[in-house]
Amino acid sequence: MTAIQTPPNRSKPPPNWDGSGTSRIPAWVYTDPDTYARELERIFYGPHWSYVGLEVEIPDAGSFKRTSIGERSVIMVRNRQGAISVLENRCAHRAMRFCQERSGKVKSFVCPYHQWNYNFDGQLLGVPFQRGVKGQGGMPEDFSLSDRSLTKLRTAIRGGVVFASFDPDVAPLEDYIGPQVLRYFDRTFDGRKLVLQGYSRQRIPGNWKLMMENIKDPYHPGLLHTWFVTFGLWRADNRSQLVMDAKGRHACMISTRNTVVDEEVAAVATSYRANMQLNDMRMLDIVHEPWWGDPTVCMTTIFPSVVLQQQVNSLSTRQIIPLGPGEFDFVWTHFGFEDDTPEMTDRRMRQANLFGPAGFVSADDGEVIEFSQQGFTQDKDFATLCELGGVGVGDADHMVTETLIRGMYRYWREVMDL
Amino acid sequence: MSADLALRLDLADLYAAYGACLDGGRLDDWPSFFTEDCRYRLVPRENHDRGLPLSTMDLRSRGALLDRVYGVKSTLFHAPYYQRHIIGPARVTGRDGDAIHSEANYLVIRTKRDAPSEVFNTGRYIDRVVRTAEGLRFTEKICVFDSELIPNSIIYPI
Ligand SMILES: [Fe+2]
Repeated sequence: MTAIQTPPNRSKPPPNWDGSGTSRIPAWVYTDPDTYARELERIFYGPHWSYVGLEVEIPDAGSFKRTSIGERSVIMVRNRQGAISVLENRCAHRAMRFCQERSGKVKSFVCPYHQWNYNFDGQLLGVPFQRGVKGQGGMPEDFSLSDRSLTKLRTAIRGGVVFASFDPDVAPLEDYIGPQVLRYFDRTFDGRKLVLQGYSRQRIPGNWKLMMENIKDPYHPGLLHTWFVTFGLWRADNRSQLVMDAKGRHACMISTRNTVVDEEVAAVATSYRANMQLNDMRMLDIVHEPWWGDPTVCMTTIFPSVVLQQQVNSLSTRQIIPLGPGEFDFVWTHFGFEDDTPEMTDRRMRQANLFGPAGFVSADDGEVIEFSQQGFTQDKDFATLCELGGVGVGDADHMVTETLIRGMYRYWREVMDL
Repeated sequence: MSADLALRLDLADLYAAYGACLDGGRLDDWPSFFTEDCRYRLVPRENHDRGLPLSTMDLRSRGALLDRVYGVKSTLFHAPYYQRHIIGPARVTGRDGDAIHSEANYLVIRTKRDAPSEVFNTGRYIDRVVRTAEGLRFTEKICVFDSELIPNSIIYPI
């Protein structure tokens, strides 16, 4: 007979990251399953705010949207008083993910397995046969409906954007984002009513952090995204700014298109290849919106779960949902504003051709992330070189630096204790 | 032969030629299946069903289709892959003026260089077709796809 062994507390010691820097990132950071499990615990289920959606997606009492934080399925729902709850999609009885529709409108949440019934705040309203049938069976004396609520997450809303956290001790959202980045968050989400324009969904076979890195990497757009350069939308000398929160986890890449190029684009769009211009110029029919101020582009990363996009007239949130160390879902929600003219809506939709899973300057981001992941997988002893602009972490007023990536890993090492 | 039967044969030829063009990788010929003022959209079914305007691709003239071809061939980095279109029989759903409304199911199988073939994108074409001197041409083609969770990226037209 074999004795049953108690499993050790930790399966194995975490891999080692030599030194204290973050300019050479080891391959295991992207591939190791134990490290990924630790990320779920410490980051996605820890004291961080994750993106859930836009208020406008759930307009009425009982309107809901299902999504995920990390690998846990959650539902954002509006209650009868108009407030928004974020609840875990897991019945308190037998763990069923009772909600299978992506969105809709319900009177209450009922788990179909045994008809357990919850209100929009996650409270259990009743269970069938609680008192048994003809004096037989039923729940024990000490059963209490109030002990069996759905997990209710901490929720924060700002400018129509909904965030949630599994950790009740998470800092207030405004402190979490920090004043430096909040300024740019508020630039787009300033309280105007949003209009939902639709979704794109991709499953990308790469580590979730590679997408965060991609939007913290101003080195690549002018090199990978030839389309940008060909049609005059990107120049390495565009006026630009890189901004981080104090911890280096969130960031903004802000840039202003060179007005000289602007005029060239408007005229013939031939700034880089003399004979190249679009047959249909309407894709570059860019109209300045007053709320932009000076910058024409602002890409924001809110660690760990969302990218906020303002690329001229195209606006979206891009949610990152990890599915293991080597895969994540990338969900785009495009939006406009309530006071948009039909022409502006049309313009946002035409410019959306640049973005998303088929986008002229986005489809290739998914491709390179897939191939980077393949490279990390083939050799666990590899480490990246992320030293453009040095090895330090700090704001910059140019694009020729990888400082934002180093900033994110400085925070990652701290929170992961690795 | 009745006019209806002739139309059905012409539509069958149109869809067969369209699929063969894309499957053969003859991207440059793709815009010639469309009229000058055409519209081509590739749309996730959830957006279509909910009346949301966002498309995965939204090209609003033959010029914009030519721009897509240029983008794919000259600017958009991607891993190469084959496409294989299986297009179901076309169903005429109505007419307005000279235009014919037609729908057909499609299935696109993607084969990357070092991987087995996989179901890539499936849905239905919702088309508006007109007769021109060169034969039937699309004035509108909306590809509404069920496979909303796209396996990374879509590079070539569907
Ligand atoms: Fe990019």
